[in-house]
Amino acid sequence: MSALAADRTGAPAILAGRGGVFGAMSDWVWRHPRMFLFLMLTPPVLWLGIIYIGSLFALLLQSFFSIDEFSGLINREFTLKTYGELFLPQNVDIVVRTVLMAALVTIASAIVAFPIAYYAARYAKGKWKAAFYLGVMLPLWSSYLVKVYAWKLILAKEGILNWFLAKLHLTWLLDAWLALPIVGGNSLSVSYTGTFLVFVYVWMPFMIVPMQAALERVPGNLIEASADLGAAPRQTFRNVILPLAMPGVIAGSIFTFSLTMGDYIIPQIIGTSRLFIGQAVYAHQGTAGNIPLAAAFTVVPIVVMGFYLWFAKRQGAFDAL
Amino acid sequence: MTPAVSFTKVSRHFGAVRAVDAVDLEIAEGEFFAMLGPSGSGKTTCLRLIAGFEQPTSGRIEIFGENAVGVPPYRRNVNTVFQDYALFPHLNVADNVAYGLMVKGVAREERSRAAEEALALVKLPGYGARKPGQLSGGQRQRVALARALVNKPRVLLLDEPLGALDLKLREQMQEELKSLQKQLGITFVFVTHDQGEALSMADRVAVFNDGKIMQIGSPQEIYRRPATRFVADFVGSSNILPPDFMQRYAGQRRWGSLRPEHIRILAQTSGDGVPARVAALSYLGAGTRVSLDAEGLRLHAVVDSGGALPAPGDAVVLTFNRDHVHVMDEPA
Repeated sequence: MSALAADRTGAPAILAGRGGVFGAMSDWVWRHPRMFLFLMLTPPVLWLGIIYIGSLFALLLQSFFSIDEFSGLINREFTLKTYGELFLPQNVDIVVRTVLMAALVTIASAIVAFPIAYYAARYAKGKWKAAFYLGVMLPLWSSYLVKVYAWKLILAKEGILNWFLAKLHLTWLLDAWLALPIVGGNSLSVSYTGTFLVFVYVWMPFMIVPMQAALERVPGNLIEASADLGAAPRQTFRNVILPLAMPGVIAGSIFTFSLTMGDYIIPQIIGTSRLFIGQAVYAHQGTAGNIPLAAAFTVVPIVVMGFYLWFAKRQGAFDAL
Repeated sequence: MTPAVSFTKVSRHFGAVRAVDAVDLEIAEGEFFAMLGPSGSGKTTCLRLIAGFEQPTSGRIEIFGENAVGVPPYRRNVNTVFQDYALFPHLNVADNVAYGLMVKGVAREERSRAAEEALALVKLPGYGARKPGQLSGGQRQRVALARALVNKPRVLLLDEPLGALDLKLREQMQEELKSLQKQLGITFVFVTHDQGEALSMADRVAVFNDGKIMQIGSPQEIYRRPATRFVADFVGSSNILPPDFMQRYAGQRRWGSLRPEHIRILAQTSGDGVPARVAALSYLGAGTRVSLDAEGLRLHAVVDSGGALPAPGDAVVLTFNRDHVHVMDEPA
């Protein structure tokens, strides 16, 4: 007879409670799962409701106030006058410049991120996967400001990039690019090209990670099934991989797009002297004391993102969710 | 006649693992061919070699006489029904079925008509607008079948297609697959670990073990005349008789096999036959399986549940017709 087959007649069928406050609490929680959920969710919901939504609402409210041009005081009467100011040519310039930059940064990030995310999702295993996460996340561990200044040194006229291109006898190529209107300038560090490069660099992890998560959920046998049914790799990409990865691409693009639209440090350190939305907000709420216009400027990215998501949904980007 | 699929010394090694090892194989056109074996025996890798998802480490694969080594899956007129169906979750049933035609550039109207036809063939007419997520396992199975058949493949590969279905549905699908194969005349290559399924459906069966083919033959040959101990044990759980036992009771010093249904149990303690003791009984429905201990050798017999049954611990004598003992090729 094994020890497991011993006589069990004396053993209790129902075990006694563990006793104490924690014992009673765990029994109670087990019997009232809804109450438990309520207790767990109340603090974060209060936080979100008051601190997050509340401040957003206060911001929206501010944008409907206006500033008295003579006294510089805020007039707390509801008006659309401040929104009207957004449509002054110099402000429209700022909005168009920012939205265009955010769109280009997003597209470039998506193109660069896709192969990396695809490799990580489908091929990297074990320590290579760990190396991937480390490689993608490592830049986020260091100060954003330091990285931006580092890029200023890289892109400057006396910087490493110029030195490297000179060694490769490609200075003429850089000069030709810098001679172009709009994207060009005295050096990369004072051109839109420089701003763009640094934006793409800084936000890249925010595109790679959601993309990789989405690609990870595409079963490998769907790709095999597509090939089996006669689809060349290009067709499989268009008809299977991209539609299924789309929610991740959209999630990543929300990050890169909105982060670019709100940023005011990168265009100030690297780029031309022309303003982006973030810089405009910074200037209006600070030295100018025009909180209503600053608030109205902040509403622009929210509206743009709203339209973007509406359009993406209409295009069926979330069908695979 | 050119075989539909032929393997010449085909090996597929993954590092030190020899998933498929020097396999020779010929599958005739229009045949229902089953690859049977335990998991990890190389049968699925063989299927994937035919589909083109794997490339052989060495050897030659021909499909209808044409070299298939180095040819990507999308250039083979071969389609697969995947184990877990692999339906595209973002496409509805009609678009799933029409996928193969869509990537070949067939016009929308024509391909939706072909998809509807294929769905009717698998008894799912009018299901085109649904998403795969809204279907039951059995229905998904049928969609996967329609999606493969709509391309009119020359060889249809089925990778354990019935594995996820419950027993009743599985039996029904077995019959349907078989009649569909007869009706369409397509070469079917079917991978399964279920010996009953392989025996009942296939024209010929290849039994795999450790990356090698142990035996190829008709279901009858495989069942009645297993070539090796492995085949005897795997196909129908035959009793394996060691050479010593064979010498004493069958007069030949070779490995032998004896089907459980061919052993008779006599409720007597002495007499002509093999003395044994009843170890356990398992009720199987129509029959009852009796585990027996014959001088240290574990034997199984299946007896009619309706008759008198021995009790565990009883001393009995076993008899069998010598003609039912199959002498295997495997040397002693």
